[in-house]
Amino acid sequence: MSPRTYVCRLADLDPERGVPALVGGEQVAVFRLADDRVVAVQQRDPYSGANVLSRGIVGSVGETPALASPMYKQVWDLTTGECLDPAGKEPIALTVYPVERDGDDVWVLTP
Amino acid sequence: MVVVGAGMVAHRFAEGMCRRSQHESWSMTVIGDEPDEPYDRVHLSEFFAGRRIDQLALQGGPWRDPRVRLVTGDAAETIDRSARTVTTRSGLVAEYDTLVLATGSWAWTPRTEGTGLRGVFSYRTAADVVGLRDWVAERTEVLGRPLRGAVVGGGVLGLEAAAALQTLGVAPAVVEFADRLMSVQLDDGGGEALRVLITGMGIDVRTSTAATRLGAAPDGAVGTLELSDDTAMPADVVIFSTGIRPRDRLARESGLAIGERGGVVVGPTCRTSDRAVWAIGECASVNGECSGLVAPGNAMADVVVDQLLGGTETYTAAPEGTKLKGVGVDAASFGDVFGLSPGALEVTFADPVARTYRKLVVSDDASTLLGGVFVGDISLYSSLRPLLGRPLGADPSAFLVPEGGGAAPSADLPDDVVVCSCANVSAGTVRAAVTEHGCTSVGDVKACTKAGTVCGSCVPLLTKIVNTTLERTGVTVSTAMCEHFAMPRAELYALVRAQGLRTFTEIVTEHGRGRGCAICKPVVAGILSQLGVGHVLAGDQASLQDTNDRALANLQKDGTYSVIPRIPGGEITPEKLVVLGEVARDFGLYTRITGAQRIAMFGARIDQLPLIWQRLVDAGFESGQAYGKSLRAVKSCVGQAWCRFGVQDSVGMAVRLEMRYRGLRSPHKFKVGVSGCARECAEARGKDVGVIATERGWNVYVGGNGGFTPRHAELLAEDLDDDALVQVIDRFLAYYIRSADRLQRTAPWVAEYTGGMAELRRVLLEDSLGLAAELDAEIARHVDSYADEWRTTLEDPQKLRRFVSFVNAPGEHDPDLAYTAERGQARPARPGEPSHPNPVFARTLDVRS
Ligand code: SRM
Ligand SMILES: Cc1cc2nc3c(=O)[nH]c(=O)nc-3n(C[C@H](O)[C@H](O)[C@H](O)COP(=O)(O)OP(=O)(O)OC[C@H]3O[C@@H](n4cnc5c(N)ncnc54)[C@H](O)[C@@H]3O)c2cc1C
Ligand code: SF4
Ligand code: FES
Repeated sequence: MSPRTYVCRLADLDPERGVPALVGGEQVAVFRLADDRVVAVQQRDPYSGANVLSRGIVGSVGETPALASPMYKQVWDLTTGECLDPAGKEPIALTVYPVERDGDDVWVLTP
Repeated sequence: MVVVGAGMVAHRFAEGMCRRSQHESWSMTVIGDEPDEPYDRVHLSEFFAGRRIDQLALQGGPWRDPRVRLVTGDAAETIDRSARTVTTRSGLVAEYDTLVLATGSWAWTPRTEGTGLRGVFSYRTAADVVGLRDWVAERTEVLGRPLRGAVVGGGVLGLEAAAALQTLGVAPAVVEFADRLMSVQLDDGGGEALRVLITGMGIDVRTSTAATRLGAAPDGAVGTLELSDDTAMPADVVIFSTGIRPRDRLARESGLAIGERGGVVVGPTCRTSDRAVWAIGECASVNGECSGLVAPGNAMADVVVDQLLGGTETYTAAPEGTKLKGVGVDAASFGDVFGLSPGALEVTFADPVARTYRKLVVSDDASTLLGGVFVGDISLYSSLRPLLGRPLGADPSAFLVPEGGGAAPSADLPDDVVVCSCANVSAGTVRAAVTEHGCTSVGDVKACTKAGTVCGSCVPLLTKIVNTTLERTGVTVSTAMCEHFAMPRAELYALVRAQGLRTFTEIVTEHGRGRGCAICKPVVAGILSQLGVGHVLAGDQASLQDTNDRALANLQKDGTYSVIPRIPGGEITPEKLVVLGEVARDFGLYTRITGAQRIAMFGARIDQLPLIWQRLVDAGFESGQAYGKSLRAVKSCVGQAWCRFGVQDSVGMAVRLEMRYRGLRSPHKFKVGVSGCARECAEARGKDVGVIATERGWNVYVGGNGGFTPRHAELLAEDLDDDALVQVIDRFLAYYIRSADRLQRTAPWVAEYTGGMAELRRVLLEDSLGLAAELDAEIARHVDSYADEWRTTLEDPQKLRRFVSFVNAPGEHDPDLAYTAERGQARPARPGEPSHPNPVFARTLDVRS
């Protein structure tokens, strides 16, 4: 398994709109934040089991960049994976993947 | 401290100790014989919906407190009360000053011959549900056909287990010894109503029947269930749900007092016959009774925490209510269900058509509420249960008639009335959370009091109390949309419109803060669209769209989408029907006629959506906006063209209206209906706008709704000609779009409109506010600028870029998708079913028994 997988160029990412990627066989959701930081979390929505998180809405909770699941609207901290709003369920955190920027290229690492 | 048993109540106890005694030093060993961390047994059935056992683990952190040591997978075997030690199977010896027994119950099984066969289960623990799932998978493979199953016991748990079998793809039967389902909680009428509903789900129900013997299949696993009526049913998997018994062996062997019907005897402080030993939860016997619910156990845990910390709280058994859950059918009851109190009166309302049954039991003067039974519609359960033993405040029948929900008691409950029985929170506590602890929303109150966080049935009542209290304390109930915008939708709409703002960043910088969320971003997206700011996927708008709009399709549970093209007025040519058939066949899409006179195709992967839509657009279809907060469908009857009663051309008018309002974004979706005469075959009065033909023209009704709270539309104007009708509808819709709140359908908007229909008529028909010209112009602009969303998407490579499974692996797609066959079509496979990643092939997997 490659420890580092090429995803796309920064220019291919729209701010606050995720893309799905395959990283070492794992499905990952990659986001470019409003301040151009790039973050990545698991693509699988832990509540529905569907691989859809790249299609969630990116916004903020307080100062923290946050992601809402497109399925049942649970909310996570995009930088730590912590579940900020479990929508009435027990909180389940997301796996966060380290992202590397190499000039304009975006790479995701398998932890 | 030593706690024996690591279940739900032990968790509550440990959590309470840690929370209420944060700085004192003590130590606690919790010994549990199940291998997992304590989990939420109440929601165990969610395992079958895909929640892993570790996801069911109870949160709240006592296991991370350094003072607490959790031992799992080891059973306490003996208690030496003189030496004050507990010894476990593995040889661990734990010393205590205080011992808390929280051993719960075990699932009792009658001594029926054959209960030892493979494929026979109880329904109590994580091991049970894991075993059950594995068995169903293994057995389906061995037998090569769908399984049949039986549940012995038709109580709440038995029905939950039967529903779980269905989720696993097993056809279940329920065998019940008593003459009705839920015989402890429901009277005859309620039991019968429930039988009808359960049977309607495809579950075979046998009452007044006992299981007498289990027979083995040739390979030694269970194969049949023999019944007391001398019949036998095939059963590849059997679940016994025949009651629970307190786990009191350890206490019994150590010489503690045991109740006549089992359970460790405790007094109001939850102390046992030994002052150093306490018992809580289902293993404790209070006044000779053991409970089978989690709420009393939690209350006992709270009492012991309080006592150990020097308090004086005591436990009194509160009356229990029961609500069926996890089955998809509603049934609930509380109090004196059978009307056994002296002089009790019963008021019953049964509606065989709506399949509901409701009964209130009241005192002989009809004033005090003694009990209630609800089947099919349990909306009254949460509001009436807190009034048990108190004055009802109105004639009982007023609650029961169909529209009578309005009489239901609301926010003015006395302080000591328990609103949330799961978390044991009273109305007074809820009010205090607002007035003393500064809570300003239902969410705050939930977090602060834990009310509404277990079964959820009290949330409607909780919401009413919170909002009324907020209003009374002078806090205007916050109209803020979310943390990013402090105003309701209509205000933001007006601001954006007046200032000509065009992007989210502009709008949030000017009027809000932060980067938005799943509430305000779709609202802003809607407003921009209503003001005619380009395509929903253009530029920054794309990132604002809610789930469905961002893919121009409706998200399904497995992450695929449905495709619903517009079929104006329900009219479709044979040629177009053929195209739909071909597309659905080629992509393996599950196809059905929707509830709104259109055809939906389900199961399209995100990367397939453009391919599918290219073929549909080429054949002359356009988006049906089934995904948008916008016009859905205009439903119509066949009308004057064919029908011998029709007085106007309803299909023609429906098509005209659908083409006019297609793609028009609004605060919530809206639907229209057109009927060709007063017989109303199009059910137009159930729509946001209903048009009904008269001899002289059209009557138009507004504010109707199906859905969760049905409402008939009210008459707005009569006997209009075609153009006048269109103008009235234009104005109604434009006015609604300006002024409604987010996700407010026209029904509540009309119902809450100050001045009512009379005032609305003045505004729309007599132009009392001088808005008519603007409203007319807004719709005219929409009509002129309409373009099909899918066609324009297909023409733009920038928009199509996002319809991929993986940006860095074109050609690959989600490997977790799996389909199976049902009635000749594909659907998402459930665990253990034969499946194929390609729905086209999955259709051939149909295995029949
Ligand atoms: C597909 C369809 C069921 C079917 O297979 O027949 C359907 C499917 C959904 N309905 Fe519906 N409704 C469908 C007709 C209806 C109808 C009947 C009708 O339109 O005549 C109603 C009652 C009439 C009404 O709206 O007043 C209806 C009342 C609802 C409601 C409750 C709305 C309410 O005001 O209480 C929701 C929830 C919501 O919108 O918030 C809902 C929500 C949904 C959602 C969008 C749930 C979701 O968020 O995923 C479902 C989308 C599934 C999908 O992929 O399309 N659906 N839904 C029907 C699509 C019709 C179409 O051709 O576009
Ligand atoms: C499928 C299902 C659905 C339910 N739905 C509801 C519902 O909707 N509402 C409701 O109120 N209740 C419901 N219940 C009941 C609820 O789960 C129980 O009331 C609650 O779990 C009782 O908590 P407890 O701690 O007393 O017992 P338990 O949660 O059973 O915990 C006792 C624990 O002690 C362990 N133990 C026992 N003896 C020993 C020993 N000697 N050494 C070590 N460990 C030992 C047991 O293995 C168990 O893990 C449901 C139960 C099930 C099975
Ligand atoms: S009623 Fe509507 S929302 Fe509910 S399951 Fe059926 S289609 Fe889905
Ligand atoms: S009554 Fe169950 S959560 Fe309130």
